[in-house]
Amino acid sequence: MNRQAAIRSVEAEYIQKDLPDFKPGDTVKVQVRVIEGDKERLQAFQGVVLQRKGQGLSATFTVRKISGGVGVERIFPTHSPNIAKITVIRKGLVRRAKLFYLRKLTGKAAKVQEKMETASAPKPPAA
Amino acid sequence: MSGMIGRKIGMTQVYTTGNQAVPVTLIEAGPCVVVQVKTRKRDGYDSIQLGFLDGKPGKVNKPMAGHFAAAKTSPKKVLREFRVEDASGFSAGQTVTADLFKPGELVKITGVSKGKGTAGVVKRHGFHGGPATHGQTDRTRRAGAVSSGSSPGRVFPGKKMAGRMGNRTFSLRNVKIERVDAEKNLIAVKGRVPGAATGILTIHKQ
Repeated sequence: MNRQAAIRSVEAEYIQKDLPDFKPGDTVKVQVRVIEGDKERLQAFQGVVLQRKGQGLSATFTVRKISGGVGVERIFPTHSPNIAKITVIRKGLVRRAKLFYLRKLTGKAAKVQEKMETASAPKPPAA
Repeated sequence: MSGMIGRKIGMTQVYTTGNQAVPVTLIEAGPCVVVQVKTRKRDGYDSIQLGFLDGKPGKVNKPMAGHFAAAKTSPKKVLREFRVEDASGFSAGQTVTADLFKPGELVKITGVSKGKGTAGVVKRHGFHGGPATHGQTDRTRRAGAVSSGSSPGRVFPGKKMAGRMGNRTFSLRNVKIERVDAEKNLIAVKGRVPGAATGILTIHKQ
């Protein structure tokens, strides 16, 4: 077997196929499984996606939010079984693939403009 | 069987039962063919010679062609010997597959590391080198003093210096097997393994 095909065949078992289509600039809500003692509960982390990185099973994405006046970023492995659900709250209108410039901005300047559906823009495929 | 031959495929990650991401190296393990059985009576020790990866018939010389013909197998690119307690249970032509190993088992993996050529002391031995600033010149990656002065008046043998690095056979012990797929002849072991992708490895039971 071809080496890349062999790697993909192992990764295929863990790849999440029902992920929503989200991009840098989008606001997402990530439901994370948290184990406390012997109980499992869901913890939400909502913020702006700064980047998507890597491919295959090793892919990750970074979410930034402002919590109590402090910027908090979390890097999630995209296909982690610890992520129960990812929901796209709103689409963002951005011109970069990596939004690290948001780290230097505060308040209104750090807000990402919402991407509105226009007649000419192709609709994103239903995920 | 005490082990088998494999070929490094590359690295990826898997998730274990606790949803923990574990870095793994994929190894194409076998199928290997028993090419020769050595017995204490005839050879002085018990061992099994395994062959791995099909070679081209035209590429084998006549002595080796006879060796493969004796085992009734096609020519193999790689031959390795594995010591066993008792070789009487084996016969030439028999195949060994990846289901020799079980997930969770600890093995020893031997391979040849990537050659780095002539390497300085910082890369080869992890020396810290010299200071870059405060009036220093030409000593950021130097080794410093090599010995004392007229007593002992020589450099001790084994002193760490620059030289050839890598391209060296070495083993990793207690490597955990995370996954076994005997159908695809694939095993996944935790962590890294010596050598480049497509490098030949031997995997020993321990």
